[in-house]
Amino acid sequence: MALLHIAEPGMSAEPHKHRLAAGIDLGTTNSLVATVRNGIAVCLPDEQGRTMVPSVVRYRTDGSIEVGQSAVRAHATDPKNTILSVKRLMGRGLRDVAHVEAMPYDFMDSDGMVRLRTVQGVKSPVEVSAEILRVLAARAEASLGGELTGVVITVPAYFDDAQRQATKDAATLAGLNVLRLLNEPTAAAVAYGLDNAAEGVYAVFDLGGGTFDLSILKLSRGIFEVLATNGDSALGGDDFDHRIFCWVLDRANIAPHSREDGRRLLMKAREAKELLTVCEEVPIKASLQSGEEVNLVLTRDEFAHITEHLVRKTLAPMRKVLRDAGLAPEDVKGVVMVGGATRMPHVQRAVAEFFDQEPLNNLDPDKVVALGAAIQANVLVGNRKDEDDWLLLDVIPLSLGLETMGGLVEKVIPRNATLPIARAQEFTTYKDGQTAMAFHVVQGERELVSDCRSLARFELRGIPPMVAGAARIRVTFQVDADGLLSVAAREMSSGVEASVLVKPSYGLSEHEIAEMLRQGMDHAGDDMTARALAEQRVEAGRVLEAIEQALAKDGELLDARERMQIDQSMAALRATLDGADHHAIRQAIDTLSRATDEFASRRMDKSIRGALAGRNINEIEV
Amino acid sequence: MGVDLQQDHFTLFGLPRRFGIDRAALDAAYHELHSEVHPDRHAHLPDADKRRAMQWATRVNEAYSTLSKPRPRACYLLQLEGLDAGFESNTAMTPDFLMEQMEWREAVEEARNAGDGDELSQLHVRLRHQAREQYGHLERLIDVDRDYDAAAELVRRLMFIEKLQHEIDDALEALET
Repeated sequence: MALLHIAEPGMSAEPHKHRLAAGIDLGTTNSLVATVRNGIAVCLPDEQGRTMVPSVVRYRTDGSIEVGQSAVRAHATDPKNTILSVKRLMGRGLRDVAHVEAMPYDFMDSDGMVRLRTVQGVKSPVEVSAEILRVLAARAEASLGGELTGVVITVPAYFDDAQRQATKDAATLAGLNVLRLLNEPTAAAVAYGLDNAAEGVYAVFDLGGGTFDLSILKLSRGIFEVLATNGDSALGGDDFDHRIFCWVLDRANIAPHSREDGRRLLMKAREAKELLTVCEEVPIKASLQSGEEVNLVLTRDEFAHITEHLVRKTLAPMRKVLRDAGLAPEDVKGVVMVGGATRMPHVQRAVAEFFDQEPLNNLDPDKVVALGAAIQANVLVGNRKDEDDWLLLDVIPLSLGLETMGGLVEKVIPRNATLPIARAQEFTTYKDGQTAMAFHVVQGERELVSDCRSLARFELRGIPPMVAGAARIRVTFQVDADGLLSVAAREMSSGVEASVLVKPSYGLSEHEIAEMLRQGMDHAGDDMTARALAEQRVEAGRVLEAIEQALAKDGELLDARERMQIDQSMAALRATLDGADHHAIRQAIDTLSRATDEFASRRMDKSIRGALAGRNINEIEV
Repeated sequence: MGVDLQQDHFTLFGLPRRFGIDRAALDAAYHELHSEVHPDRHAHLPDADKRRAMQWATRVNEAYSTLSKPRPRACYLLQLEGLDAGFESNTAMTPDFLMEQMEWREAVEEARNAGDGDELSQLHVRLRHQAREQYGHLERLIDVDRDYDAAAELVRRLMFIEKLQHEIDDALEALET
C-alpha cells in the first residue's frame, strides 16, 4: 500500500522548488550580476574572474554586438559605434544630457529620448542597455545552470519616472522578468544592514559613475524604511574624469582634438583619478594622433582643487535629505559609502566632515548594490525563508504633478511619500458640451512646468456632454513599488470611464517596444512564436504552482462551488499546455486569474486579520 | 473583526479614535500590516494577488501618512466627527492672529532678503516650538473637551504655521543652490 504524504498545515505537499533569481546593478560605467547561493549573496565572475562588466556596447559592421571588456578595447578606434555611459541617456532628450559635446556619438536630434546612429542603424539607449542586460543574464544563467525566473534591477534612487520606465523597457527587450526595480542605496542598505544586524538611522552615500544618491533609512526589527532620498542623476565619477580631462587640455595647451584623441585622454584621466586614491601624485602621459605630446603630473591636492565644486554639489542634497527626514547630522548612526567614486579621499573627507563621523567602508563599494539586489531578488522570487523576515519600504524621490493654468505645477504626489501610493484630483469642464480634456504630467520640485521634467501628456475622451463645470473628472495617480506611475480617469457623475491615451515625453511607446522586440528576434534568428510559447508555459507553471499552494493553505476560504470553478479553470489551463498555442495559454491564465480574484482578496483579508489579532493579544498581555 | 478597504484609519491600525496617539503602537501596526500586504510579499504570485497587494499597501500608506503627522491626523478626526474641512475657504481669523502672522512673515522676508540662513533656521525652530505648544492644546480640545469647532479653528491656525514653515524651507533651499 502506498503511503500518503501528509503536509504540515500551511505547507505545500510538494517540496519547495528553488527558483533562480539574480540581482543586476546596471551601472553607468560598470555593471554586475549577483545571486544568492547556499544562502550567501555572491557576484558572478567571467572566465577571467572579473565580476565587473564595463557598461560598454559596440555595434560592429559585421552585425555582431560586443559588450564589456572587448568593447572597451575597441573604443579608441571605433568611438562612434562604441557606446559608453548609456545610463546617462536613459529617458533623456538630447538637450538634457551634460557634456554632449564631449561624446563622440552621432546623435539624432528628435523629440523625446535621444537616439544614436550606429553602423547597425539607429539605436535607442533602451536597446543599448538591453544588450548589457542580456550579457549579465546569460552569465547568471550559465552559472546557475537554468533559466532565470526573475531579476531585480537597481536604479538610482533619484531616477525619475522616465528613467525608471526606460530601465524596465530595457529589461523587457532583454526578455527578463523584472520582479522589482530597486533603488541603489536601498539595495546597499539591505546588504549592509543584514550583514551587520544594524538598527537605527543610517545614511547611504552613493556616488557612482554617473549618478549621485543619498538616502536616509531607519532600520528597525527587519524593516528598512526609507525616510527621505535626494541626489543628482547627472553627477558621478565620470564628471571627475571630465575635470581632469579639461585640466589636461588646459595645462598641455591642446585645443581641438580628434574623437580618438579625446577618448584616449579621457582614459588617461580616469586612470589618473583611480591612481590618486592610493598615490599622492600621478604622471599623465600620452602621444596623440595630432602629434602632440602630453606629459603632466597631477597631485592629489590639485585634483581636489579642480573638483572641489563637484564635491560641493553633494552637500546641498545632504542638507536637503536631512531636512526632509526631519533629522540633524548627529541623528545619523552610520554613513554607508557606495559606488567606486566614493573611494576618492576628498569625497570621504567631505562626508566625514558633514556627518562628523568616519564613513563605513566595510563592504566593497563596487559590489554592495548588486549583492543587495540579489538578496532581494531571492526573496521576491519566492525563495523566502523564515530568517528572511525583513521588508523594504521605499519612497518616491521627486514630486509628481499636473500642469495648471499659466504653466504652473499642481503637486499631486509629494516627494518622499512611501510607495505604493495613490492620489486623486478632481477636475471639471471649462466649456458646455466639452467631451475631452488634455493633461500634462510633470515631475520635480519647482513651481514652473518649464523647470520640471515633462513625463507625459494624456487626453481623456468620452466625457458625456454637460454644461461647463458640471462634469467631475477624477484623475488618479498610482505609483507602484517600482516608483512607476500609472494614470486612470473617471467621470464621477455618470461613472463613465474616460479613456486615457498617454504619450510619454521621453519614453518609448508600447508599439515601439514591440517593434524593437520583433527586430531583436529577427536578428538573433529567434523564433518569436517559439519564445512566446516557452514564456507562456513558464508563466502558466508559475501561476498554477502559486494557486496550488494557496489552495493547500487557505482552501477553506472557498465554498464548494467557488472551489469547483477554480479547479475547472486550472484544469483548462493545464489542458492548453499540451498544445502549442501561446494565445490560448495566455487566455487560460487570464481566466484563471479572474477566477481567483475573490480568493486572493479573501486570503489577503485573512492575513491582515492575523496581523492585527496577533498584536491585540500582545497588547492585552502588556 | 471585519477588515475591508473602507474602514477608517484608526480601526485599520487597531487604535482608539483619539488625537493623542500611541506612536509606538501605530508604527508597530503599520509594520505588521505591511509585512502582510506589501507588494514585495506577493511578487511571486499571480497578478490578482499582486493587484490586491498594491491596493492594500496603498491603503495602509495613506492611513499611516494621515495618522503619523499631527495636522493631517487632526483634520481627519474632525472630518470623522462630521466637520467637513472646508479649511481652505474658511479663513476668517482673529485680528490678533493675523497681526502675529504678518510679523512672522516680515521676519522671514527680511531674513530671506538678507540671505541670513542662521536667522531662517532660528525662525524655523521657534515656529516648531509654537506649533508643538498648540498641538498640546489641540489634544485637550479634541480628546477631553470634545470642542470640535474650537479645534477646527486651531487647526486652521496650525495650517498657517505649517505654510510658513514650508516657506522657510523653500528660502533655505534657495539659499543653498
